[in-house]
Amino acid sequence: MLKDITIGQYIARDSIIHALDARIKIMITTILIIALFTIDTFTGFGFFAAFVLVVVLLSKISVKKVLKGLKPILILVLFTLFIHIFLTKGGEVLWSWRFISIESEGVYTGFFMVSRIFILILFTSLLTLTTSPLQLTDGIEYILSPLKRFGVPASELSMMMTIALRFIPTLLEEADKIMKAQQARGADFESGNLIQRAKSLIPLLVPLFISAFRRADDLALAMESRCYRGGEGRTRLHELEFRYYDFIALIIIIILAVAVSFY
Amino acid sequence: MLIELNEVSHVYQDENNVKALKNINLEISRGEFIGIVGHTGSGKSTLVQLFNGLIIPSSGTVKVNGKNITNEKSNLKETRRHVGLVFQYPEHQLFEETVYQDIAFGPKNLGLKKDEIRERVEEVMGLVGLDYEEFKDRSPFNLSGGQQRKVAIAGVLALKPEVLVLDEPSAGLDPQGRKQLAELLKYLYQELNITVILISHRMEEIAELASRVIVMHQGEIVIDDNPIEVFSREQKLHKLSLDLPQITEILHRLEERGLKVNTNLFSISEASAEIIKALRSH
Ligand SMILES: Nc1ncnc2c1ncn2[C@@H]1O[C@H](COP(=O)(O)OP(=O)(O)O)[C@@H](O)[C@H]1O
Ligand SMILES: [Mg+2]
Repeated sequence: MLKDITIGQYIARDSIIHALDARIKIMITTILIIALFTIDTFTGFGFFAAFVLVVVLLSKISVKKVLKGLKPILILVLFTLFIHIFLTKGGEVLWSWRFISIESEGVYTGFFMVSRIFILILFTSLLTLTTSPLQLTDGIEYILSPLKRFGVPASELSMMMTIALRFIPTLLEEADKIMKAQQARGADFESGNLIQRAKSLIPLLVPLFISAFRRADDLALAMESRCYRGGEGRTRLHELEFRYYDFIALIIIIILAVAVSFY
Repeated sequence: MLIELNEVSHVYQDENNVKALKNINLEISRGEFIGIVGHTGSGKSTLVQLFNGLIIPSSGTVKVNGKNITNEKSNLKETRRHVGLVFQYPEHQLFEETVYQDIAFGPKNLGLKKDEIRERVEEVMGLVGLDYEEFKDRSPFNLSGGQQRKVAIAGVLALKPEVLVLDEPSAGLDPQGRKQLAELLKYLYQELNITVILISHRMEEIAELASRVIVMHQGEIVIDDNPIEVFSREQKLHKLSLDLPQITEILHRLEERGLKVNTNLFSISEASAEIIKALRSH
Protein backbone atom coordinates (compact mmCIF):
# COMPACT_ATOMS: atom_id res chain seq x y z
CA MET A 1 0.00 0.00 0.00
CA LEU A 2 2.64 2.53 1.08
CA LYS A 3 4.87 1.14 -1.63
CA ASP A 4 2.64 2.76 -4.27
CA ILE A 5 3.90 6.20 -3.41
CA THR A 6 6.33 7.01 -6.19
CA ILE A 7 6.74 10.71 -5.48
CA GLY A 8 10.43 11.28 -4.90
CA GLN A 9 11.35 7.79 -6.01
CA TYR A 10 14.19 7.25 -8.48
CA ILE A 11 14.38 4.33 -10.91
CA ALA A 12 17.77 3.81 -12.48
CA ARG A 13 17.70 3.07 -16.22
CA ASP A 14 20.13 3.56 -19.05
CA SER A 15 18.24 6.12 -21.15
CA ILE A 16 18.79 9.50 -22.76
CA ILE A 17 16.31 11.06 -20.36
CA HIS A 18 18.34 9.80 -17.41
CA ALA A 19 21.53 11.03 -19.02
CA LEU A 20 20.32 14.63 -19.39
CA ASP A 21 21.91 17.11 -17.03
CA ALA A 22 19.90 17.59 -13.84
CA ARG A 23 19.94 21.40 -14.16
CA ILE A 24 18.55 21.16 -17.67
CA LYS A 25 15.84 18.78 -16.51
CA ILE A 26 14.84 21.13 -13.70
CA MET A 27 14.71 24.05 -16.13
CA ILE A 28 12.73 22.03 -18.66
CA THR A 29 10.24 20.99 -16.00
CA THR A 30 9.84 24.58 -14.85
CA ILE A 31 9.30 25.83 -18.40
CA LEU A 32 6.76 23.13 -19.10
CA ILE A 33 4.86 23.82 -15.89
CA ILE A 34 4.64 27.49 -16.79
CA ALA A 35 3.52 26.55 -20.29
CA LEU A 36 0.95 24.20 -18.79
CA PHE A 37 -0.69 27.13 -17.01
CA THR A 38 -0.93 29.18 -20.19
CA ILE A 39 -2.86 26.44 -21.97
CA ASP A 40 -6.60 26.87 -22.22
CA THR A 41 -7.74 24.17 -24.63
CA PHE A 42 -8.12 20.42 -24.39
CA THR A 43 -6.13 20.10 -27.61
CA GLY A 44 -3.22 21.65 -25.73
CA PHE A 45 -3.55 19.09 -22.96
CA GLY A 46 -3.71 16.31 -25.54
CA PHE A 47 -0.49 17.61 -26.99
CA PHE A 48 1.13 17.69 -23.54
CA ALA A 49 -0.08 14.18 -22.72
CA ALA A 50 1.42 12.90 -25.96
CA PHE A 51 4.67 14.64 -25.08
CA VAL A 52 4.71 13.03 -21.61
CA LEU A 53 4.13 9.65 -23.24
CA VAL A 54 7.09 10.14 -25.56
CA VAL A 55 9.33 11.10 -22.63
CA VAL A 56 8.17 8.06 -20.63
CA LEU A 57 8.92 5.76 -23.57
CA LEU A 58 12.34 7.34 -24.03
CA SER A 59 13.08 6.96 -20.31
CA LYS A 60 12.53 3.15 -20.48
CA ILE A 61 10.42 3.27 -17.32
CA SER A 62 7.20 1.30 -17.63
CA VAL A 63 4.09 3.39 -18.28
CA LYS A 64 2.30 1.42 -15.58
CA LYS A 65 4.87 2.48 -12.99
CA VAL A 66 4.54 6.14 -13.90
CA LEU A 67 0.73 6.00 -13.82
CA LYS A 68 0.83 4.28 -10.44
CA GLY A 69 2.39 7.46 -9.08
CA LEU A 70 -0.93 9.20 -9.73
CA LYS A 71 -2.79 6.96 -7.31
CA PRO A 72 -2.03 8.85 -4.08
CA ILE A 73 -3.43 12.10 -5.52
CA LEU A 74 -6.60 10.49 -6.83
CA ILE A 75 -8.65 11.71 -3.88
CA LEU A 76 -7.47 15.28 -4.35
CA VAL A 77 -8.30 15.07 -8.04
CA LEU A 78 -11.79 13.67 -7.48
CA PHE A 79 -12.41 16.32 -4.85
CA THR A 80 -11.43 19.06 -7.32
CA LEU A 81 -13.65 17.50 -9.95
CA PHE A 82 -16.72 17.39 -7.69
CA ILE A 83 -16.23 20.89 -6.38
CA HIS A 84 -16.17 22.25 -9.89
CA ILE A 85 -19.00 20.13 -11.21
CA PHE A 86 -21.36 21.14 -8.43
CA LEU A 87 -20.26 24.64 -7.58
CA THR A 88 -19.07 26.26 -10.79
CA LYS A 89 -22.06 27.80 -12.52
CA GLY A 90 -22.60 28.97 -16.06
CA GLY A 91 -23.55 27.61 -19.44
CA GLU A 92 -26.60 25.45 -19.85
CA VAL A 93 -28.14 23.43 -17.04
CA LEU A 94 -27.46 19.73 -17.62
CA TRP A 95 -29.19 18.31 -14.58
CA SER A 96 -30.88 19.70 -11.53
CA TRP A 97 -32.61 18.50 -8.42
CA ARG A 98 -34.04 20.96 -5.92
CA PHE A 99 -31.23 23.40 -5.22
CA ILE A 100 -28.44 21.23 -6.69
CA SER A 101 -27.64 21.67 -10.33
CA ILE A 102 -24.90 20.73 -12.70
CA GLU A 103 -24.11 23.20 -15.40
CA SER A 104 -21.97 22.74 -18.46
CA GLU A 105 -19.39 25.32 -17.40
CA GLY A 106 -18.76 23.33 -14.20
CA VAL A 107 -18.21 20.07 -16.02
CA TYR A 108 -15.88 21.74 -18.46
CA THR A 109 -13.79 23.49 -15.78
CA GLY A 110 -13.76 20.36 -13.65
CA PHE A 111 -12.24 18.16 -16.32
CA PHE A 112 -9.98 21.00 -17.33
CA MET A 113 -8.48 21.31 -13.84
CA VAL A 114 -8.18 17.54 -13.48
CA SER A 115 -6.22 17.25 -16.73
CA ARG A 116 -3.95 20.03 -15.56
CA ILE A 117 -3.26 18.41 -12.18
CA PHE A 118 -2.60 15.02 -13.77
CA ILE A 119 -0.11 16.38 -16.27
CA LEU A 120 1.54 18.52 -13.61
CA ILE A 121 2.09 15.53 -11.33
CA LEU A 122 3.27 13.38 -14.24
CA PHE A 123 5.90 15.97 -15.17
CA THR A 124 7.26 16.36 -11.69
CA SER A 125 7.26 12.65 -10.96
CA LEU A 126 9.09 12.07 -14.24
CA LEU A 127 11.75 14.48 -13.06
CA THR A 128 12.36 12.56 -9.83
CA LEU A 129 11.91 9.15 -11.45
CA THR A 130 14.70 9.82 -13.92
CA THR A 131 17.07 11.92 -11.82
CA SER A 132 18.96 10.48 -8.87
CA PRO A 133 18.33 12.43 -5.65
CA LEU A 134 21.98 13.41 -5.52
CA GLN A 135 21.97 14.92 -8.99
CA LEU A 136 18.66 16.56 -8.33
CA THR A 137 19.83 18.40 -5.25
CA ASP A 138 23.13 19.26 -6.89
CA GLY A 139 21.13 20.74 -9.72
CA ILE A 140 18.97 22.74 -7.33
CA GLU A 141 22.04 23.99 -5.54
CA TYR A 142 23.54 25.25 -8.82
CA ILE A 143 20.34 26.95 -9.77
CA LEU A 144 20.02 28.60 -6.36
CA SER A 145 23.69 29.51 -6.04
CA PRO A 146 23.34 33.01 -7.54
CA LEU A 147 21.06 33.72 -4.56
CA LYS A 148 23.87 32.94 -2.10
CA ARG A 149 24.88 36.57 -2.44
CA PHE A 150 21.57 37.54 -0.87
CA GLY A 151 22.10 35.19 2.05
CA VAL A 152 20.16 32.19 0.76
CA PRO A 153 21.92 29.13 2.21
CA ALA A 154 21.82 27.17 -1.06
CA SER A 155 24.28 24.45 -0.04
CA GLU A 156 22.58 23.79 3.27
CA LEU A 157 19.18 23.73 1.61
CA SER A 158 20.39 21.23 -0.91
CA MET A 159 22.00 19.08 1.79
CA MET A 160 18.71 19.10 3.67
CA MET A 161 16.88 18.02 0.56
CA THR A 162 19.40 15.31 -0.19
CA ILE A 163 18.92 13.89 3.26
CA ALA A 164 15.15 14.16 3.14
CA LEU A 165 14.95 12.44 -0.24
CA ARG A 166 17.40 9.78 0.86
CA PHE A 167 15.23 8.90 3.85
CA ILE A 168 11.79 8.85 2.23
CA PRO A 169 12.08 5.21 1.07
CA THR A 170 13.67 4.21 4.37
CA LEU A 171 10.85 5.75 6.35
CA LEU A 172 8.22 4.18 4.09
CA GLU A 173 9.82 0.80 4.63
CA GLU A 174 9.89 1.44 8.35
CA ALA A 175 6.23 2.50 8.32
CA ASP A 176 5.33 -0.69 6.47
CA LYS A 177 7.11 -2.77 9.09
CA ILE A 178 5.60 -1.00 12.08
CA MET A 179 2.15 -1.25 10.52
CA LYS A 180 2.55 -4.99 10.14
CA ALA A 181 3.86 -5.35 13.67
CA GLN A 182 0.82 -3.53 15.04
CA GLN A 183 -1.53 -5.54 12.83
CA ALA A 184 0.05 -8.65 14.31
CA ARG A 185 -1.21 -7.33 17.66
CA GLY A 186 -4.71 -6.94 16.27
CA ALA A 187 -4.52 -3.29 15.19
CA ASP A 188 -6.94 -2.33 12.46
CA PHE A 189 -5.95 0.46 10.09
CA GLU A 190 -8.60 -0.12 7.49
CA SER A 191 -12.05 0.07 9.04
CA GLY A 192 -14.05 2.38 11.24
CA ASN A 193 -15.11 5.99 10.78
CA LEU A 194 -12.78 8.90 10.19
CA ILE A 195 -12.07 9.60 13.87
CA GLN A 196 -11.43 5.94 14.65
CA ARG A 197 -9.10 5.71 11.71
CA ALA A 198 -7.19 8.80 12.72
CA LYS A 199 -6.83 7.38 16.21
CA SER A 200 -5.66 4.05 14.87
CA LEU A 201 -2.70 5.85 13.32
CA ILE A 202 -1.17 6.66 16.70
CA PRO A 203 0.45 3.21 17.08
CA LEU A 204 2.01 3.78 13.67
CA LEU A 205 3.04 7.42 13.96
CA VAL A 206 4.62 7.40 17.41
CA PRO A 207 7.17 4.66 16.62
CA LEU A 208 7.75 6.18 13.20
CA PHE A 209 8.64 9.59 14.65
CA ILE A 210 10.82 8.03 17.30
CA SER A 211 12.71 6.11 14.69
CA ALA A 212 13.04 9.20 12.49
CA PHE A 213 14.53 11.17 15.39
CA ARG A 214 16.85 8.32 16.23
CA ARG A 215 18.04 8.19 12.63
CA ALA A 216 18.48 11.96 12.57
CA ASP A 217 20.59 11.77 15.72
CA ASP A 218 22.76 9.01 14.31
CA LEU A 219 23.18 10.84 11.04
CA ALA A 220 24.11 14.12 12.73
CA LEU A 221 26.70 12.29 14.79
CA ALA A 222 28.09 10.51 11.73
CA MET A 223 28.30 13.78 9.79
CA GLU A 224 29.96 15.57 12.65
CA SER A 225 32.52 12.84 13.15
CA ARG A 226 33.39 13.26 9.49
CA CYS A 227 33.89 16.97 10.07
CA TYR A 228 30.90 18.29 8.14
CA ARG A 229 30.74 22.05 8.65
CA GLY A 230 28.18 23.32 6.21
CA GLY A 231 28.46 23.75 2.50
CA GLU A 232 31.16 26.43 2.20
CA GLY A 233 33.91 25.29 -0.17
CA ARG A 234 32.76 21.67 -0.43
CA THR A 235 33.82 19.92 -3.60
CA ARG A 236 31.97 17.06 -5.26
CA LEU A 237 32.75 13.59 -6.42
CA HIS A 238 30.59 13.93 -9.51
CA GLU A 239 30.57 17.41 -11.04
CA LEU A 240 27.52 18.20 -13.15
CA GLU A 241 28.54 18.81 -16.74
CA PHE A 242 26.61 20.29 -19.62
CA ARG A 243 26.85 18.40 -22.91
CA TYR A 244 25.63 19.45 -26.32
CA TYR A 245 22.46 17.35 -26.24
CA ASP A 246 21.45 19.03 -23.00
CA PHE A 247 21.20 22.28 -24.91
CA ILE A 248 19.48 20.62 -27.84
CA ALA A 249 16.85 19.27 -25.44
CA LEU A 250 16.40 22.68 -23.84
CA ILE A 251 16.01 24.40 -27.20
CA ILE A 252 13.48 21.83 -28.40
CA ILE A 253 11.45 22.33 -25.26
CA ILE A 254 11.50 26.11 -25.47
CA ILE A 255 10.31 25.97 -29.06
CA LEU A 256 7.58 23.48 -28.17
CA ALA A 257 6.46 25.46 -25.14
CA VAL A 258 6.27 28.71 -27.05
CA ALA A 259 4.47 27.02 -29.92
CA VAL A 260 1.89 25.44 -27.63
CA SER A 261 1.35 28.60 -25.59
CA PHE A 262 0.65 30.75 -28.62
CA TYR A 263 -1.28 28.11 -30.50
CA MET B 1 -2.68 -29.61 10.99
CA LEU B 2 -1.94 -26.23 12.56
CA ILE B 3 -0.28 -24.49 9.62
CA GLU B 4 -0.27 -25.82 6.11
CA LEU B 5 1.41 -24.23 3.08
CA ASN B 6 0.65 -25.56 -0.35
CA GLU B 7 2.75 -24.58 -3.40
CA VAL B 8 3.30 -21.10 -2.01
CA SER B 9 5.29 -18.57 -4.00
CA HIS B 10 5.72 -14.90 -3.28
CA VAL B 11 7.01 -12.03 -5.36
CA TYR B 12 7.40 -8.57 -3.84
CA GLN B 13 5.76 -6.14 -6.22
CA ASP B 14 8.29 -3.39 -6.68
CA GLU B 15 10.82 -2.39 -9.32
CA ASN B 16 13.08 -5.34 -8.51
CA ASN B 17 10.30 -7.95 -8.34
CA VAL B 18 12.28 -10.19 -6.02
CA LYS B 19 11.01 -13.76 -5.95
CA ALA B 20 11.22 -14.16 -2.21
CA LEU B 21 9.59 -17.61 -1.93
CA LYS B 22 9.41 -20.40 -4.48
CA ASN B 23 6.98 -23.34 -4.33
CA ILE B 24 7.00 -23.84 -0.60
CA ASN B 25 5.20 -26.88 0.80
CA LEU B 26 5.19 -27.04 4.57
CA GLU B 27 3.18 -28.59 7.37
CA ILE B 28 3.51 -27.57 10.99
CA SER B 29 1.65 -29.45 13.69
CA ARG B 30 0.74 -28.53 17.22
CA GLY B 31 3.48 -29.07 19.78
CA GLU B 32 6.47 -28.57 17.53
CA PHE B 33 9.39 -26.27 18.22
CA ILE B 34 10.64 -25.23 14.83
CA GLY B 35 13.91 -23.48 14.17
CA ILE B 36 14.27 -21.64 10.87
CA VAL B 37 17.77 -20.84 9.69
CA GLY B 38 19.17 -19.45 6.48
CA HIS B 39 21.39 -16.79 5.03
CA THR B 40 20.17 -13.15 5.08
CA GLY B 41 17.68 -12.68 2.26
CA SER B 42 16.79 -16.35 2.03
CA GLY B 43 13.13 -15.59 2.70
CA LYS B 44 12.73 -16.46 6.39
CA SER B 45 10.93 -13.29 7.39
CA THR B 46 8.69 -13.46 4.34
CA LEU B 47 7.80 -17.07 5.16
CA VAL B 48 6.71 -16.39 8.73
CA GLN B 49 4.60 -13.40 7.74
CA LEU B 50 2.49 -15.80 5.69
CA PHE B 51 1.53 -17.66 8.84
CA ASN B 52 -0.74 -14.89 10.12
CA GLY B 53 -1.77 -13.30 6.86
CA LEU B 54 0.42 -10.21 7.04
CA ILE B 55 1.60 -11.22 3.60
CA ILE B 56 -0.82 -12.80 1.17
CA PRO B 57 1.25 -14.97 -1.19
CA SER B 58 1.30 -14.31 -4.93
CA SER B 59 0.24 -17.92 -5.48
CA GLY B 60 -0.54 -21.01 -3.44
CA THR B 61 -2.61 -21.45 -0.29
CA VAL B 62 -1.96 -21.02 3.40
CA LYS B 63 -4.18 -22.79 5.90
CA VAL B 64 -4.22 -22.08 9.61
CA ASN B 65 -6.23 -24.49 11.75
CA GLY B 66 -7.69 -25.87 8.53
CA LYS B 67 -8.98 -22.46 7.45
CA ASN B 68 -7.74 -21.02 4.18
CA ILE B 69 -6.45 -17.54 5.00
CA THR B 70 -5.46 -16.69 1.44
CA ASN B 71 -8.96 -16.01 0.21
CA GLU B 72 -10.43 -12.56 0.41
CA LYS B 73 -13.08 -13.08 3.01
CA SER B 74 -11.08 -14.80 5.71
CA ASN B 75 -11.01 -13.16 9.11
CA LEU B 76 -7.37 -12.25 9.53
CA LYS B 77 -7.85 -10.71 12.95
CA GLU B 78 -8.94 -14.09 14.26
CA THR B 79 -5.91 -15.75 12.66
CA ARG B 80 -3.58 -13.19 14.17
CA ARG B 81 -4.90 -14.02 17.59
CA HIS B 82 -3.90 -17.65 17.11
CA VAL B 83 -0.56 -16.94 15.51
CA GLY B 84 1.44 -14.36 17.46
CA LEU B 85 4.32 -12.82 15.56
CA VAL B 86 7.24 -11.06 17.21
CA PHE B 87 9.04 -9.03 14.56
CA GLN B 88 12.72 -8.38 14.34
CA TYR B 89 13.66 -5.56 16.75
CA PRO B 90 10.12 -5.59 18.18
CA GLU B 91 11.01 -2.79 20.59
CA HIS B 92 10.70 -0.40 17.64
CA GLN B 93 6.93 -0.84 17.71
CA LEU B 94 6.41 0.40 21.29
CA PHE B 95 4.27 3.51 21.38
CA GLU B 96 2.25 3.86 24.58
CA GLU B 97 2.94 6.03 27.58
CA THR B 98 3.36 3.18 30.01
CA VAL B 99 4.52 -0.40 29.83
CA TYR B 100 1.09 -1.51 31.02
CA GLN B 101 -0.76 0.27 28.23
CA ASP B 102 1.61 -0.98 25.57
CA ILE B 103 1.20 -4.60 26.58
CA ALA B 104 -2.56 -4.07 26.88
CA PHE B 105 -2.78 -2.88 23.25
CA GLY B 106 -3.25 -6.40 21.85
CA PRO B 107 -5.86 -7.57 24.39
CA LYS B 108 -7.71 -4.27 23.94
CA ASN B 109 -7.90 -4.88 20.21
CA LEU B 110 -9.41 -8.27 21.01
CA GLY B 111 -12.12 -6.45 22.91
CA LEU B 112 -11.40 -8.00 26.30
CA LYS B 113 -12.78 -6.61 29.55
CA LYS B 114 -10.71 -4.39 31.84
CA ASP B 115 -9.99 -6.90 34.60
CA GLU B 116 -9.19 -9.61 32.10
CA ILE B 117 -6.71 -7.30 30.40
CA ARG B 118 -5.11 -6.48 33.76
CA GLU B 119 -4.84 -10.16 34.55
CA ARG B 120 -3.18 -10.92 31.24
CA VAL B 121 -0.73 -8.03 31.46
CA GLU B 122 0.33 -9.12 34.93
CA GLU B 123 0.69 -12.70 33.78
CA VAL B 124 2.81 -12.00 30.69
CA MET B 125 5.01 -9.51 32.51
CA GLY B 126 5.72 -12.30 34.97
CA LEU B 127 6.53 -14.65 32.08
CA VAL B 128 9.10 -12.36 30.50
CA GLY B 129 10.57 -11.45 33.87
CA LEU B 130 9.43 -7.88 34.38
CA ASP B 131 8.19 -7.10 37.86
CA TYR B 132 4.57 -5.91 37.50
CA GLU B 133 4.52 -3.28 40.25
CA GLU B 134 7.93 -1.93 39.37
CA PHE B 135 7.47 -1.58 35.62
CA LYS B 136 3.78 -1.16 34.86
CA ASP B 137 3.71 2.63 35.13
CA ARG B 138 7.10 3.33 33.61
CA SER B 139 7.50 4.73 30.13
CA PRO B 140 8.72 2.02 27.76
CA PHE B 141 11.10 4.54 26.22
CA ASN B 142 13.14 4.92 29.40
CA LEU B 143 13.93 1.23 29.67
CA SER B 144 17.10 -0.51 28.54
CA GLY B 145 17.10 -2.20 25.14
CA GLY B 146 16.77 -5.64 26.70
CA GLN B 147 13.84 -4.56 28.88
CA GLN B 148 12.14 -2.91 25.91
CA ARG B 149 12.40 -6.16 24.02
CA LYS B 150 10.79 -7.97 26.95
CA VAL B 151 7.90 -5.51 26.90
CA ALA B 152 7.47 -6.02 23.15
CA ILE B 153 7.47 -9.82 23.47
CA ALA B 154 5.01 -9.55 26.36
CA GLY B 155 2.79 -7.46 24.10
CA VAL B 156 2.48 -10.38 21.70
CA LEU B 157 2.18 -13.01 24.43
CA ALA B 158 -0.75 -11.05 25.84
CA LEU B 159 -2.78 -12.22 22.83
CA LYS B 160 -2.39 -15.75 24.24
CA PRO B 161 -1.44 -17.22 20.86
CA GLU B 162 -1.38 -20.95 20.18
CA VAL B 163 1.63 -20.43 17.98
CA LEU B 164 4.38 -17.98 18.77
CA VAL B 165 6.61 -16.93 15.88
CA LEU B 166 9.77 -14.97 16.66
CA ASP B 167 11.94 -13.34 13.99
CA GLU B 168 15.52 -13.18 15.27
CA PRO B 169 14.47 -12.29 18.79
CA SER B 170 17.97 -12.53 20.22
CA ALA B 171 19.61 -10.15 17.75
CA GLY B 172 21.49 -7.48 19.65
CA LEU B 173 20.89 -8.94 23.13
CA ASP B 174 23.70 -9.50 25.61
CA PRO B 175 24.52 -13.06 26.73
CA GLN B 176 22.30 -12.75 29.79
CA GLY B 177 19.40 -11.47 27.74
CA ARG B 178 19.82 -14.34 25.30
CA LYS B 179 19.83 -16.84 28.12
CA GLN B 180 16.65 -15.41 29.62
CA LEU B 181 15.01 -15.50 26.23
CA ALA B 182 15.97 -19.15 25.72
CA GLU B 183 14.55 -19.97 29.17
CA LEU B 184 11.33 -18.17 28.30
CA LEU B 185 10.91 -20.04 25.03
CA LYS B 186 11.62 -23.35 26.72
CA TYR B 187 9.00 -22.57 29.35
CA LEU B 188 6.38 -21.53 26.81
CA TYR B 189 7.01 -24.68 24.82
CA GLN B 190 7.30 -27.23 27.57
CA GLU B 191 4.97 -25.90 30.26
CA LEU B 192 2.36 -23.91 28.34
CA ASN B 193 2.37 -26.18 25.26
CA ILE B 194 2.73 -23.27 22.88
CA THR B 195 3.98 -24.16 19.41
CA VAL B 196 7.09 -22.08 18.82
CA ILE B 197 8.66 -21.05 15.51
CA LEU B 198 12.03 -19.41 15.95
CA ILE B 199 14.15 -17.68 13.31
CA SER B 200 17.72 -17.34 14.44
CA HIS B 201 21.27 -16.96 13.22
CA ARG B 202 22.62 -18.55 16.36
CA MET B 203 22.90 -22.25 15.72
CA GLU B 204 23.53 -22.90 19.43
CA GLU B 205 20.09 -21.54 20.17
CA ILE B 206 18.43 -23.60 17.45
CA ALA B 207 20.26 -26.78 18.44
CA GLU B 208 19.38 -26.33 22.09
CA LEU B 209 15.70 -25.56 21.64
CA ALA B 210 14.26 -26.81 18.36
CA SER B 211 12.67 -30.19 17.72
CA ARG B 212 12.75 -29.59 13.98
CA VAL B 213 15.00 -27.42 11.85
CA ILE B 214 14.09 -25.82 8.53
CA VAL B 215 16.93 -24.51 6.38
CA MET B 216 16.05 -21.90 3.78
CA HIS B 217 18.11 -20.91 0.78
CA GLN B 218 17.13 -18.44 -1.94
CA GLY B 219 13.44 -18.71 -1.22
CA GLU B 220 13.32 -22.48 -0.95
CA ILE B 221 13.29 -24.97 1.89
CA VAL B 222 16.43 -27.01 1.29
CA ILE B 223 16.53 -29.07 4.50
CA ASP B 224 13.68 -29.94 6.86
CA ASP B 225 14.66 -32.43 9.52
CA ASN B 226 15.48 -32.95 13.19
CA PRO B 227 18.49 -31.05 14.57
CA ILE B 228 20.75 -34.10 14.75
CA GLU B 229 20.26 -34.88 11.07
CA VAL B 230 20.58 -31.25 10.02
CA PHE B 231 23.75 -30.56 11.94
CA SER B 232 25.39 -33.79 10.78
CA ARG B 233 25.32 -32.37 7.25
CA GLU B 234 28.29 -30.13 7.83
CA GLN B 235 29.39 -29.86 4.18
CA LYS B 236 25.95 -28.90 2.95
CA LEU B 237 25.49 -26.26 5.66
CA HIS B 238 28.86 -24.71 4.90
CA LYS B 239 27.93 -24.57 1.24
CA LEU B 240 24.84 -22.54 2.24
CA SER B 241 27.18 -20.31 4.28
CA LEU B 242 25.73 -21.52 7.55
CA ASP B 243 27.69 -22.66 10.58
CA LEU B 244 27.39 -25.54 12.99
CA PRO B 245 26.94 -24.73 16.65
CA GLN B 246 30.47 -23.82 17.75
CA ILE B 247 30.82 -26.72 20.12
CA THR B 248 29.68 -29.19 17.45
CA GLU B 249 32.19 -27.66 15.06
CA ILE B 250 34.91 -28.44 17.62
CA LEU B 251 33.72 -32.06 17.89
CA HIS B 252 33.83 -32.38 14.11
CA ARG B 253 37.38 -30.99 14.03
CA LEU B 254 38.48 -33.41 16.76
CA GLU B 255 36.95 -36.30 14.86
CA GLU B 256 38.80 -35.23 11.73
CA ARG B 257 42.05 -35.37 13.69
CA GLY B 258 41.30 -38.93 14.70
CA LEU B 259 39.69 -38.60 18.12
CA LYS B 260 36.70 -40.91 18.33
CA VAL B 261 33.86 -38.68 19.54
CA ASN B 262 30.14 -38.53 19.01
CA THR B 263 29.64 -35.37 16.93
CA ASN B 264 25.89 -35.07 17.47
CA LEU B 265 26.13 -33.02 20.63
CA PHE B 266 25.12 -29.40 20.84
CA SER B 267 25.59 -28.32 24.44
CA ILE B 268 28.89 -27.48 26.04
CA SER B 269 28.36 -29.72 29.05
CA GLU B 270 27.53 -32.79 26.97
CA ALA B 271 30.38 -32.11 24.59
CA SER B 272 32.97 -31.58 27.29
CA ALA B 273 31.92 -34.83 28.99
CA GLU B 274 32.23 -36.56 25.63
CA ILE B 275 35.70 -35.13 24.98
CA ILE B 276 36.93 -36.14 28.43
CA LYS B 277 35.54 -39.62 27.91
CA ALA B 278 37.24 -39.91 24.53
CA LEU B 279 40.57 -38.67 25.89
CA ARG B 280 40.47 -41.11 28.82
CA SER B 281 39.93 -44.12 26.56
CA HIS B 282 42.47 -42.84 24.07
N1 LIG C 1 9.08 -5.39 1.94
C1 LIG C 1 9.86 -5.86 0.94
N2 LIG C 1 9.80 -5.32 -0.30
C2 LIG C 1 10.56 -5.81 -1.31
N3 LIG C 1 11.42 -6.83 -1.19
C3 LIG C 1 11.53 -7.42 0.01
C4 LIG C 1 10.75 -6.97 1.14
N4 LIG C 1 11.07 -7.74 2.21
C5 LIG C 1 11.98 -8.62 1.77
N5 LIG C 1 12.27 -8.44 0.46
C6 LIG C 1 13.19 -9.25 -0.36
O1 LIG C 1 12.79 -10.60 -0.31
C7 LIG C 1 13.89 -11.47 -0.11
C8 LIG C 1 13.69 -12.27 1.16
O2 LIG C 1 13.75 -11.40 2.26
P1 LIG C 1 13.46 -11.85 3.75
O3 LIG C 1 12.25 -12.67 3.80
O4 LIG C 1 13.48 -10.61 4.59
O5 LIG C 1 14.74 -12.74 4.09
P2 LIG C 1 15.40 -13.10 5.48
O6 LIG C 1 14.43 -12.79 6.56
O7 LIG C 1 15.73 -14.54 5.35
O8 LIG C 1 16.64 -12.27 5.58
C9 LIG C 1 15.12 -10.58 -0.09
O9 LIG C 1 15.71 -10.63 -1.36
C10 LIG C 1 14.59 -9.21 0.22
O10 LIG C 1 15.37 -8.23 -0.41
MG1 LIG D 1 14.66 -11.45 8.18
